[in-house]
Amino acid sequence: MDEVPFPTLYAAHRAAVYRYLVAAVGPEGAEDCFQETFLAALRAFPRLVDHRNLRAWILTIAHRKAIDHHRDRRRRGSELASATRAARRADTDGVAAIPEPADEALWARVRALPSRQRTALTLRVVGDLSYAAIAAATGTSAEASRQNVHLALVRLRRETDR
Amino acid sequence: MIHIRRDLAAAACRLPVRPPAGLDDRWRDSAQASGAVDVAYHAFDTPLGRLLAAVTRVGLVRLAFIDHGEDRVLRELSVAVSPRLVELPSRLASIRRELEAYGRGRIRAFDVACDWQLIRGFAEPVLRATGAIAYGEVSTYAAIARAAGVAGAARAAGNALARNPIPIIIPCHRVLRTGGGLGGYAGGLERKRLLLRLEGHELELD
Repeated sequence: MDEVPFPTLYAAHRAAVYRYLVAAVGPEGAEDCFQETFLAALRAFPRLVDHRNLRAWILTIAHRKAIDHHRDRRRRGSELASATRAARRADTDGVAAIPEPADEALWARVRALPSRQRTALTLRVVGDLSYAAIAAATGTSAEASRQNVHLALVRLRRETDR
Repeated sequence: MIHIRRDLAAAACRLPVRPPAGLDDRWRDSAQASGAVDVAYHAFDTPLGRLLAAVTRVGLVRLAFIDHGEDRVLRELSVAVSPRLVELPSRLASIRRELEAYGRGRIRAFDVACDWQLIRGFAEPVLRATGAIAYGEVSTYAAIARAAGVAGAARAAGNALARNPIPIIIPCHRVLRTGGGLGGYAGGLERKRLLLRLEGHELELD
């Protein structure tokens, strides 16, 4: 029997999902996206047949929730304001789940990338997924995923040099 | 290019290793509020040993002794009841309190609704008959088979009792061999003795 019970899936991947979301949507939105990710996973779980790569499966869902989050926020505005709020909250209640300020600036730049590049880069660097898994998660080819990561890096470097 | 890649990898390593405190509690609240949980469970220690209790919308569907870990029971519940399984201690709080009180000899009966979906076929009349044995009393495999409508099927009754998904609440520990031998128990014979002593039996058995 190689079916994995849901509580085992949750325990094994909660930290990776949270980490991915902190990078993908920022510390402020990570919590909500986390809840939505695991709720969607719970609902879809009975239909999941292949339990061999649960990490890729759950990160794919997290990736979709991150996309939704970006779409909503574009409607509502200001990334900067929420980053500031998050930093302030970290000061007051000592939550250790906020990236260091220098890192957070880097992640903010990643989040400002065009959607496909941002997604491919975050799944690769933070989610540690293969290009094949990224392709499956985003509905493109492995080659396109590799290309998107490459373009993202070129763009980030150009900004740094400026 | 190399720098930015290295910076990103380093920053990824510095991302929070541990999610914030309270995240799991908030997940349980969201799961509970969503209505998407088919089976809620909790594993806890009692005077009777470590137990895992699981409820559906109908009631208690499984109670298991988990001296050897909970994984086997979680797999069983996923397959036999539903994969939408989440640990929600608050849903099991009253059952836990009752088991605790029973284990300390403070209560003699349970006020717990049961879900009988894991009990099928001949097991149903057998376990119904078993449920009628009062605290402090015992019966035999032969008598239970008779009460279940199949006199002479003592062995089949024993097999059904051995697979009782809700031990303690459905008191299969109160069923003994004709002549007083202990018979068997899924939670181990030592535990069967413990339960019978708790209910006031002086045991010089087996």
